[in-house]
Amino acid sequence: MAQIICRDVVLGYEGKIVVKGLDFSVFGGDYLCIVGENGSGKTTLMKALLRLKAPVSGQILTGDSLKPYEIGYLPQQTNVQKDFPASVEEIVLSGCLNRCGWRPFYKKEERQIAEDNINKLGIGHLAKRCYRELSGGQQQRVLLARALGATRKMLLLDEPVAGLDPVVAAEMYELIAKLNREEGITVIMVSHDIAAAVRYASHILHLGYEPLFFGTKADYLNSDVGKSFMAVMGGAVQ
Amino acid sequence: MIEIIDKLALYFQYPFVRYAMVVGVLIALCSSLLGVTLVLKHFSFIGDGLSHVAFGAMAAATVLSLTNDMLLILPVTLLCAILLLRSGQNAKIKGDAAIAMISVGALAIGYMVVNVFSASANITGDVCSTLFGSTSILTLTQTEVWLCIGLSVVVISIFLLFYHKIFAVTFDENFALATGTKANFYNLLIAVVIALIIVLAMNLVGSLLISALVIFPALSAMRVFKSFRSVIICSAVVSVFCAMLGIIISTVAGTPVGSTIVVVDIVAFALFSSVGLLAGGIKA
Ligand SMILES: Nc1ncnc2c1ncn2[C@@H]1O[C@H](COP(=O)(O)OP(=O)(O)O)[C@@H](O)[C@H]1O
Ligand SMILES: [Mg+2]
Repeated sequence: MAQIICRDVVLGYEGKIVVKGLDFSVFGGDYLCIVGENGSGKTTLMKALLRLKAPVSGQILTGDSLKPYEIGYLPQQTNVQKDFPASVEEIVLSGCLNRCGWRPFYKKEERQIAEDNINKLGIGHLAKRCYRELSGGQQQRVLLARALGATRKMLLLDEPVAGLDPVVAAEMYELIAKLNREEGITVIMVSHDIAAAVRYASHILHLGYEPLFFGTKADYLNSDVGKSFMAVMGGAVQ
Repeated sequence: MIEIIDKLALYFQYPFVRYAMVVGVLIALCSSLLGVTLVLKHFSFIGDGLSHVAFGAMAAATVLSLTNDMLLILPVTLLCAILLLRSGQNAKIKGDAAIAMISVGALAIGYMVVNVFSASANITGDVCSTLFGSTSILTLTQTEVWLCIGLSVVVISIFLLFYHKIFAVTFDENFALATGTKANFYNLLIAVVIALIIVLAMNLVGSLLISALVIFPALSAMRVFKSFRSVIICSAVVSVFCAMLGIIISTVAGTPVGSTIVVVDIVAFALFSSVGLLAGGIKA
């Protein structure tokens, strides 16, 4: 059974419709890339999948006994105030909170998970630093480490490589692909980077064009929208 | 110097001075714990609004001549805390406007009720001491002290038990919600604890000065420390220290307790601000 099923979903803000006709399913172990230009509603869809935002109409169902506490999430923007006192360690650890349930304290193994994720993302030397004093790329890695702590079945990422330099971005993609491949984590990723999307994803959802494209990567590469984008991207990337 | 110490030793032989010290320290501790969260979530104004509500409730309790006015003040303040938090979330009437409405309304109604119905000869004095807490801390009965200890224990245990959740909800509510933390429940819990603290702190500094007690230690700590835990610990220490110093000064110099504590808090804030500017912040 699918982990997430969208049935004829319409999303919008205060009467203004942003996306309509969303009809797709995500199965365990899938790697779905959501592409589309700025303002096509990718972040809005992410929020709807996470139940932070209710759809205007249609249904978003979860199946396969997927629970919110098994989902990791990397937001596009986190509105952390400028003077929020929080160390990198504290923030990454807070990603493991959904493993605690009602237990008031972290167990050793949860602290270990946080530490492993900090090391995985190469921010061990920043562990004691204050989050708000880090660069944009460093902050992004902290938030990704936090997201990994929360991930047990599914990982949702909204533009995970924004603000990262190309080398780190490539490492990030590899890391996510490895989680998907080796641990069977379902990945749903919003990306601008169509080249990376077709390289790693198993499925593509392309927003902003009527009708919306949803299908496997192979279908996408054969579709009109896919072909025209690959032609443009091919020129831009190579 | 010796004289002052002698004088203090003499004062502390009186039980009511010792009560004042115990109650003062507990209230300062409790109010500082959630101060950080309040400041960071932009909830500081809720504390202010609630204290006015508590004043209104106290006025009503006086008029109804309830034997234990806590029975009215506590539930009314709790209810308003929950209402205010909800209005802050779905923002039909903008959060701050709703709070201004409720708080000014409660203040006006409270004052009018006292004026119209009170049998007391010294209305201005009564109102003044509820607003500024002038002498009430030295007139605490043993029951009130125990009530205060009980409420403090509740506040401190809630804070310790839910510390990590409070951090997560304060830092990034959307992430917490999306990954299965019941953020709304914890927001509610925070509102309830704020209400408890306000009712508690009314005894010490009066309803107009409560916000100062909640906010100043947090702001001071945030000038210097940069992790959530160190900020919480520092603001608790600062708050307790300032409250003790304030109570001692007011006992010796005969100044009003509440405003003395707040003045000491302000001095501490100035100190921490300069340290923060000079050191560029301690890394921890
Ligand atoms: N909170 C909001 N209120 C009203 N409109 C919004 C809000 N957030 C986004 N929008 C609008 O919804 C559309 C889609 O936004 P978004 O999902 O952020 O796009 P993307 O992530 O694909 O760049 C945009 O036109 C944007 O202006
Ligand atoms: Mg977006």
